[in-house]
Amino acid sequence: MNLDFSRVWGSIPFILQGIPTTLQYTLLSVVFGFLLGVILSLCKISGIKPLDYFAQAYTSIFRGVPLILMLSLVYFGIPQLTGYNFSALEAGVITFSLNSAAYVSETIRAGILAVDRGQREAAMSLGVPYLLYMWDIILPQALKNILPALVNESINLLKDTALVSTLGAQDILRSAQIVGAEKYLYFEPLIIAGVIYYVLVITLTFGATALEKWMRRID
Amino acid sequence: MTGDRIIQVEDLNKSFGKLHVLKGITTNIHKGEVVAIIGPSGCGKSTFLRCLNLLEEPTGGRIYFNGKDISHIKEVAKIRQHIGMVFQQFNLFPHKTVLENITYAPIKIKKIDKNEAKEKGLVLLAKVGLQEKADVYPSRLSGGQKQRVAIARSLAMEPEVILFDEPTSALDPEMVKEVLDVMKSLISTGITMAIVTHEMNFAREVSDRIFFLDGGKLAEDATPENFFSQPQCDRAKQFLEKML
Repeated sequence: MNLDFSRVWGSIPFILQGIPTTLQYTLLSVVFGFLLGVILSLCKISGIKPLDYFAQAYTSIFRGVPLILMLSLVYFGIPQLTGYNFSALEAGVITFSLNSAAYVSETIRAGILAVDRGQREAAMSLGVPYLLYMWDIILPQALKNILPALVNESINLLKDTALVSTLGAQDILRSAQIVGAEKYLYFEPLIIAGVIYYVLVITLTFGATALEKWMRRID
Repeated sequence: MTGDRIIQVEDLNKSFGKLHVLKGITTNIHKGEVVAIIGPSGCGKSTFLRCLNLLEEPTGGRIYFNGKDISHIKEVAKIRQHIGMVFQQFNLFPHKTVLENITYAPIKIKKIDKNEAKEKGLVLLAKVGLQEKADVYPSRLSGGQKQRVAIARSLAMEPEVILFDEPTSALDPEMVKEVLDVMKSLISTGITMAIVTHEMNFAREVSDRIFFLDGGKLAEDATPENFFSQPQCDRAKQFLEKML
C-alpha cells in the first residue's frame, strides 16, 4: 500500500474550487425542482383526471429511469433532435430539476393532505380563492411538516450533481479526477472530494435542523 | 326587526353518497335576523349551515343570497366574502399572528391598504377584548380567546351574514360565556346571524327565530317564545325535555 497525501496537498485548493460549481447545480435544481414539484403535487390533488394522470405518469417515468440516462438524453440526445446544444449547466439543472420534482411532488402531496381540513374551510369561508389559499395558508403548514423529507431530497440532489462530471463540468468530483490524472494518484484526491461532499452534507443537515427548530418556535 | 330576505332556501337537498342528509328544506332568513338552528345530533343542522356558504354543495334545490341564485355559480369565492363563518374548531391560521389572521383576507382579497387593515384589525380585536394579543400566535391562546379571534377574523371582511357552526361546543365550560358575550354584543349591532348551537338558554335569549331540524327536515320554524313554551311536534317536545 502506498498512500501519499503529501503529493496532493497542493492540489486541495484546486479541488475546493469545484465547490461553487457543485453548489450552483444543487441550488438551482433544488429551487426549480421544488417549484415544479409544487405544481405537480397540485395536479395530483386537483381532482381533475387528466392533470392527475399526467402527474402520475411523470412521476412514474422519472422514478423508473436511471438519472444518468436522463442526463445523457438531455445533453447528447436532444441536440440531435433540435440542433440546440445545451451547456452542461443547462442540461444538469434541467435533468436534476425534472427528476427531483418527481420525488418532491409525492412528498408535498402527502404534506398538503396532512394539513387539517378546517384550514382550507376557514380560508374558503373568507372568500380566498383556491391558488391563493394553497400558497398562503396550506403550503406553509405542509412545508413545515415535510421539511425533513425535503432536506433529504436536497442532500440526494447535492450528491447526484456529481453526475455532471461526466459532461465535463468542473465540479468537486471532476476536479478531483483531473488532479488524479495529472499525478497518477486516484485514491487521495477522491478521498479529499469525498470529505468535501460529506462536510457539505453535514452542514446542510445542521442548517436544516436549526431551520426546523425556528419554524417550530410558534407551536 | 325583519327586513328583506337575505337568504332564501328552496327545497334544499344534500346527500353524501347514499346518505340523504337534508331532505327538502325551504325557508328564508331576513336581514338583521338572528336564527338559532337546533336539533338532535345527526339531524343535519351543520350540513344545512355549511350549505348556506356552499362549503357543502347542495345536491338538490336552490339557495338565493340577496335574491341571486348561488347554488351553482362559479364565483363561489366572491359570494363567500359576504358570508362569514365561525367554526367549532376555530381554524385559526397557526403560522400567522392574531392580527395577521384578521388582516389576511382584507389585504389579499379586498386589497385594503396594509396599515388601514391593521388599524381596523386592532379595533376589532378591542371589540372582542383581545387587543393585547395582536402579535401573539394562536397556539398561545386559550380556546375561548381563539374563538373570539375567529369571530374578529370573520368580521374583518364586513360580511352581511355570519354563520356560527357550534361555536362553543369545543370550549371548556368556563370559556363558553366569554364567547357568548361577544356574540351578544355582535347581535346588538344588527348583523344577520345563523347559529347552530346546543346552548338552549342562549338560543332562547338572543334569537328571533328557532329552526328545529329533525331527520334532515325543518320540523319547526318558530319564535323562541312559542318554540320553548309550546313546541308543536313530538320530536321537539322530547328534545326539549332532554335538553332543559
